[in-house]
Amino acid sequence: MQLESLYQQVIIQHYRHPHNRGTLEAPDAEVHLHNPTCGDEITLQLQVRDGNIADVRFSGHGCSISQASASMMTRQLKGKPLAEADALAARFTEMMHGNPEAATDRKLGELRALAGVSRFPVRIRCALLAWNALSEAEKQVRGGAGESKAAG
Amino acid sequence: MSTTLTAAPPADVFDAERIRAEFPILQQQVNEHGLVYLDNAASTQKPRRVLEALDRYYRVDNANVHRGIHELSRRATDAYENARVRVASFFGITDPAELIWTRGTTEGLNLIASSWGMANLGPGDEILLSVMEHHSNLVPWQIVAGRTGARLRFLEIDEQQRLDLSGLDELLTERTRLVSLGHVSNALGTINPVQEIAARAHAVGALMVVDGAQSAPHLPVDVQALGCDFFAFSGHKMCGPTGIGGLWGRRELLEAMPPFLGGGDMIHHVELEHSTYAAIPNKFEAGTPAIAGVVGLGAAVDFLAEIGPDAIQAHEKYLLGYALEQLRAIPELRVFGPEELAERSGVISFTLADIHPHDLATILDAEGVAIRAGHHCTQPLMRHLGVGSTARASFYLYNTTDDVDRLVEALQRARTLFGF
Repeated sequence: MQLESLYQQVIIQHYRHPHNRGTLEAPDAEVHLHNPTCGDEITLQLQVRDGNIADVRFSGHGCSISQASASMMTRQLKGKPLAEADALAARFTEMMHGNPEAATDRKLGELRALAGVSRFPVRIRCALLAWNALSEAEKQVRGGAGESKAAG
Repeated sequence: MSTTLTAAPPADVFDAERIRAEFPILQQQVNEHGLVYLDNAASTQKPRRVLEALDRYYRVDNANVHRGIHELSRRATDAYENARVRVASFFGITDPAELIWTRGTTEGLNLIASSWGMANLGPGDEILLSVMEHHSNLVPWQIVAGRTGARLRFLEIDEQQRLDLSGLDELLTERTRLVSLGHVSNALGTINPVQEIAARAHAVGALMVVDGAQSAPHLPVDVQALGCDFFAFSGHKMCGPTGIGGLWGRRELLEAMPPFLGGGDMIHHVELEHSTYAAIPNKFEAGTPAIAGVVGLGAAVDFLAEIGPDAIQAHEKYLLGYALEQLRAIPELRVFGPEELAERSGVISFTLADIHPHDLATILDAEGVAIRAGHHCTQPLMRHLGVGSTARASFYLYNTTDDVDRLVEALQRARTLFGF
């Protein structure tokens, strides 16, 4: 197994120095997800303006894969229309399932560093935790028509 | 690398290599490395003779027990009841009828909570547990407390993750009806002084339950000497098959308790509206039991008894001393649990710098080293320790110092990958 392809410098860099870690004062959506088998937790917050992700933050704890995935994801989401965020999530999920075209898709940007996770089946759910939270958060936004929801 | 063994027992006379050869599964390559299996607190591997006993049972003797007149049923019943006698003897149980077959420790503890608990607990009563308990010695009591109005109380742990007995007098009162504690912590390896606590529980009229999941495989256990009232264990953690375990209880308690599950084989006489129940142990063994599992567990106990629980414990202690010395030499590696070898079993829970335990487990797996990473079904304990999870290496009789060396090498690899 290729550990070096899994634990690339960029992943460990994001793990140690994550982007968009913290909380928003008035999020439009907030989702808390917990993986009971491994104990990883994430809280993801979105602020949406005119169908665009204006701001995003995450908190919680987990392994390098889950934290790097969340950090990279939030970085790419800022300023993107919700529809584009959906497309990115779909492409990322394809990469996790071993799709070689997705793994070289430039749209994924630095997220491509996580392509190696697909060869470690028990770790795929770590990489997908933040994206599952994103999907739930988007449901909140669409369900609430973009109104601010109370946190928690 | 230093190999001086100041803390370990004098010499390892145990021939682990010969024992290892009895385990076919350990002969394989995993991720292009010889398998180093260090997840024994989760489940253990099976020696050839257990596999052969299972195979022979299904090929030659398989039938239902306690029912048939025919030859195969007689043989299956003999094998099933004969294993009960041998396993009972292994744990110092003088009356084999006091040994009830269960699916494992979890079912044994649920049986006590459900049967004894529902019949005996009420508002104002207290159950004493500890913060280091496995979820299986916590959740069943939460359920029965919720249904009866009884209250749960908890022993704390000290800075070395040993039970803090200074609070025992305050926690153990005439309101305490039952104390239930792990003999050995699955997450820390701490050996708890259950014998002493049993005596103090009895002094206030409380019953003592011992969760023996992590002690039955690794320490010499004599339930009479422990002085407890119930002792639960799992077969798969002691070289036996999954799906089989045992619960020992004192005869007078078991006889007074209502049945746990109803069905075939646990009855004496059945009418449409009511029934009378069989004597113990059958009263608690409704339905067709795990006959093959019992046969396999019997073979496992024969194997362990031949080697000897004392020799197994000494070997594991030797490995533990060796491993702790190697691990403590790794910078930023934090080992949990008691400092004294005498107070711990062959379980090492640790963290390494800022490397998440799941990442450690993945890196070690790529090197063929199987460990556990996570909360070890002890979420309250992890919160108490201030960590989300730990990495855990746990030994058994077939592990060697080579296995420890491979663990240490793989941890060095993890450090390198994370830029240390």
